Amino acid sequence: MPETTVIDEHTIEDYKSGTKPTWCPGCGDFGVLNAVYNSLRAKGYTPEDVVLVSGIGCSSRLPFFSSTYGFHTVHGRTMPIATGIKVANPELKVLALGGDGDAFAIGGGHFIHAARRNLDVCYVIMDNAIYGLTKGQTSPTSMVGFVTKTTPKGTPDRPVNPLQLAMASGATFVARAFSGKPKELADLIVQGIDHKGFAIIDTYSPCPTFNKVNTFKYYRDQAQELPRDHNPADVMQAWARAQSTDPVYLGVLYRAEGESSFEDHIASAQTGDESQAAGVIESILERYS
Amino acid sequence: MVTQATARAGYYVLTDSVPPAEIKGGYSFYQIRLAESRLRARGDLVDVLLAFNQEAFDNSIQQLREGGILIYDSAELHPPESDRYRSYAVPLTDIAKNQVELTLAKNMVAVGVVAGLFGLEPIHVHRLLKESKLAKKGADILNKNLKAIDLGYAFVQEHVTERGSLEVRPSKLEGRIVLSGNHAVALGALVAGCRRYAGYPITPATDIMEFLADELPKLGGAVIQAEDEIAAIGMVLGASYAGQKSMTATSGPGVSLMTEMLGLASMAEIPAVVINCQRAGPSTGMPTRHEQGDLNLAVYGAHGEVQRVVLAPTSVMDCFWTTIDAFNLAEEFQMPAIVLQDTVLAVRTESIPRPDLSQVSIVNRRTFAYRDAGNGHEPGYDAASGPEHYLRYQITSDGVSPMAIPGTVGGAYVATGLEHTQAANTSSDARNHSAMTEKRFLKLEGVLKKAPPPHEYGDPSAEIGFLTWGSTLGVVVEAIDRLAAQGIKAHALAPRMLWPLPTHQIDAFLRNKRRVIVPEVNYTGQFAQLLKTHYQNVQFTRLNVYGGQPFDVSRVIESVTSERPSSNGSLSRAEATVHA
Repeated sequence: MPETTVIDEHTIEDYKSGTKPTWCPGCGDFGVLNAVYNSLRAKGYTPEDVVLVSGIGCSSRLPFFSSTYGFHTVHGRTMPIATGIKVANPELKVLALGGDGDAFAIGGGHFIHAARRNLDVCYVIMDNAIYGLTKGQTSPTSMVGFVTKTTPKGTPDRPVNPLQLAMASGATFVARAFSGKPKELADLIVQGIDHKGFAIIDTYSPCPTFNKVNTFKYYRDQAQELPRDHNPADVMQAWARAQSTDPVYLGVLYRAEGESSFEDHIASAQTGDESQAAGVIESILERYS
Repeated sequence: MVTQATARAGYYVLTDSVPPAEIKGGYSFYQIRLAESRLRARGDLVDVLLAFNQEAFDNSIQQLREGGILIYDSAELHPPESDRYRSYAVPLTDIAKNQVELTLAKNMVAVGVVAGLFGLEPIHVHRLLKESKLAKKGADILNKNLKAIDLGYAFVQEHVTERGSLEVRPSKLEGRIVLSGNHAVALGALVAGCRRYAGYPITPATDIMEFLADELPKLGGAVIQAEDEIAAIGMVLGASYAGQKSMTATSGPGVSLMTEMLGLASMAEIPAVVINCQRAGPSTGMPTRHEQGDLNLAVYGAHGEVQRVVLAPTSVMDCFWTTIDAFNLAEEFQMPAIVLQDTVLAVRTESIPRPDLSQVSIVNRRTFAYRDAGNGHEPGYDAASGPEHYLRYQITSDGVSPMAIPGTVGGAYVATGLEHTQAANTSSDARNHSAMTEKRFLKLEGVLKKAPPPHEYGDPSAEIGFLTWGSTLGVVVEAIDRLAAQGIKAHALAPRMLWPLPTHQIDAFLRNKRRVIVPEVNYTGQFAQLLKTHYQNVQFTRLNVYGGQPFDVSRVIESVTSERPSSNGSLSRAEATVHA
């Protein structure tokens, strides 16, 4: 009897590691983790072909809870490491993950440049507008006047608008999500993975322990889906809707199709392969003699 | 052009240069030294000074030896008469303007002058010019430049009569290449298997990146210009984690920024090669000047206790081999390897024998491979527990654990800077941290066993020894030759691996020494300090200069011939003996 090829249908369990999440009960990051599992399953990825790259912070612990490969890097450096991985092996499925401090404070410089390069990576930012792992200090997305232990009179800093920052920097897929809607989030992650180029999903992921303002209830009241007629190809419309605070919009605000990615650029520059190594070295020696 | 022409003609040649500090121009110099036998350093004084303008004359006339020759462009300057040297006014500008009808060709007239002075047949220069980019500018431009060379050559033949002492006979050298230290590093990286490079431009390291940007894509590699040095080392670690041999090159300021990520490489056990083209610091310092000031940074610059390899090449040839050693050690022991290149070597071009590629041995990292033996277990790895229990940081007899490359079935793990168990799970357990610390440090013992051989020079029976590192060895070697001519025996050792400290190499050297001098281009005597921590009963005599220039050979000789070397201006520190 001929052997039949079994199509590998993965279950959610295939993407879980044995490690239980370290997050507080009620943390928004649980919803994001489930959405990550669901999106990987929806894509049918073999866990070993996936690398989850993160920085430092509560949310950046996520790779430990997955059965895929992972790189829990240092604070703010998710993007450079993800870039190195993709340039070394573009076949790998790389998902970048982390918090708002990681992405927009210490890692703000790298965020801009990953967007400029149009690196073909989907970056899910778990945005809770607070530093949780250090027990509650203001973050780059905290609103003006936000009172924390390091800003007892309220922070004077205006918040970063992650979506506008991404658009201004050249990101070609810009979305906002809410961990209270994990099904929609999983769908957005799949779209972000399928998008060729840099896809950022700024995800409201409330911290019930240290942020008593930006709670699940707060976002349920404030957030709504983009109007049906929203055109993600219209950058000005996307910019205006990214600016809106009441309501804040969920969904794909901006998407530029058909742009070449950083990986495309690297591949097109490669005129040969390893089999040419000896010849290339020989020709260099000739040139210098 | 002169450098490559003389090398082709069979001379040993070695150059040094200082570019202007500002891009708009300004004083710069380029020095060429020719010999019939191998050269080790640039030398203290020059035989011929070619001054294009007054500023060049003012800055460099002190370097002209007594009885030397000054050639100057008579259209640009009128130096005073002197008994110290013979001067020849050469109308470089006039010849270019009126006879060649191309004022810009005055440099080529000068090339002809230099060729004439040293007895280098113009044909060698002609050939190079025809191969150069200039040839692509059309026959008219090329012919004018060829003519400029001939006119310069003819002028010397006619007007400069006492050239005899300058003529150096070419050796019968074949199969040589002319390479700068930085290009030798880049070539070494290619040969070692480096296929990904990320970097951020910085003097004097940038030409390594420029070289690889041209070459790496030809063999399927890639070069990324990062947004800063932190990103550069991050990209290197990401690429290495994903299975590619990877490198970055920078200078001291860049290494300062990379320090945190170098710790990650030690902790997560990721191979990486970092070339540090040291320049004069601290801070922005003097970007185009020389200093051996980053040894402490390379060895100790970290939070926590890290494992890394620190190597230092001593010559252009060494730059090639040391870079290969750095890759081999980084890959075998899964840690960062820092190569302490220095400004002297970075910009020096030297004619060296064509590297014998058959002598290159390449070491690859130990990887985890899933092999299904039919029972779901991987034979040869850990058959009892099977691949589902792959231990990324398994404690082994040499501390080195097989590394799974993403994509490998059964090998998934999370690389992390957090302390972790053998299975790569995070842990704050005291016993685990002790065990993993010991595992990581055990690898340094393996590194020591693979230490590349040191350089030795001089008479091993000598009681006077020089322990040095980097390009300073070249100056010490010339000093030893000159001391030998005075009947003074001396012996030098320059370890190519500085960390872990190869005590087995140094022990043998120290055995019969009565006086050990440690010359290095820095103020605090960083190598001497490092030696002192291991050899508490040995007196090391520090010898330091720190003006942004390499040692003069005479300064090294003085350290032996006079008990108290005369103060050589403000550049030299009074000799200080380091007591145990």
